[in-house]
Amino acid sequence: MKSLEELKAIRERMQNKVILREGSAEKRIVVGMATCGIAAGARPVLNTFVEEIANRGLTGSVEVSQTGCIGMCRFEPIVEVFEGDERVTYVLIDPAKAKEIVEKHIVGGKPIVEYTIGAAEK
Amino acid sequence: MKELSLNILDIAQNSIHAEAGFVEILLTETAESLKLEIKDDGRGMSEEFLNRVTDPFSTTRTTRKVGMGLPLLKLAAEQTGGYMTITSRERALYPETHGTEVTAFFYKTHLDFTPLGDVISTVVSLVQGSPEVDFLYRHTMPGREVELDTRMLREVLGDVPLSSPDVLMWIRESLTEQYYGEAEQSE
Repeated sequence: MKSLEELKAIRERMQNKVILREGSAEKRIVVGMATCGIAAGARPVLNTFVEEIANRGLTGSVEVSQTGCIGMCRFEPIVEVFEGDERVTYVLIDPAKAKEIVEKHIVGGKPIVEYTIGAAEK
Repeated sequence: MKELSLNILDIAQNSIHAEAGFVEILLTETAESLKLEIKDDGRGMSEEFLNRVTDPFSTTRTTRKVGMGLPLLKLAAEQTGGYMTITSRERALYPETHGTEVTAFFYKTHLDFTPLGDVISTVVSLVQGSPEVDFLYRHTMPGREVELDTRMLREVLGDVPLSSPDVLMWIRESLTEQYYGEAEQSE
């Protein structure tokens, strides 16, 4: 059994940091996790974002959250990236594309046009 | 769904939408069968709604959040010769004991049994999405048991959110260790 001592150590570490308040992040990645999203493969996509953001030390500035069905089930897994008033909607995302979104859009600042809903509907 | 663990993730989301503060996910396994119970202390459903909740075509837009989830779980259970039942107590009528219990029973030996799959990722995803909700996950197998109780974690962590990356990693490693011995990464 993993020790509770390790959890205590996490608490000590975290208490020295300012805990991020919900909504205070600069960027938000929202993954659709309703029945349609889950069936289409949203769970590994979500976990890829969570791990990539943590591994790149972006936890303070990028928030990863989950949402329900937005009515475009055939395009799931759907991922939305919010930054200020801007929203980019990515469709048919898999873990490899999720990694690419973190690298090019979140870190690099350039949305990947070919994965967006606009490109998919053409 | 390709894995039962995906149905579990989906059904547990219903509990969260129903404003549950505590969700229990209990798996009881024998050589031949698997019983899944998901119990919550959410707002519950009216008898009228309960009666049509497993019919995918009775769902209206305002109740869309229930949708296909329960019908899919029911199908997964029944196609093995098993069953699914739901009981619910509405908050208005049962202010102290409201909540919903979904039970699904599967025959593992049946050809159409869907494997459990990556249940660890399901638990991690639930905690990540709803760090304010408490979860008890317990998987009882012949001769052993795997368990995670976020109430215990919360006691140690104080006001550090359960969705912190380090905490999520601890949860993943703890469950991996309990299932497979020495920790190794998955998904």
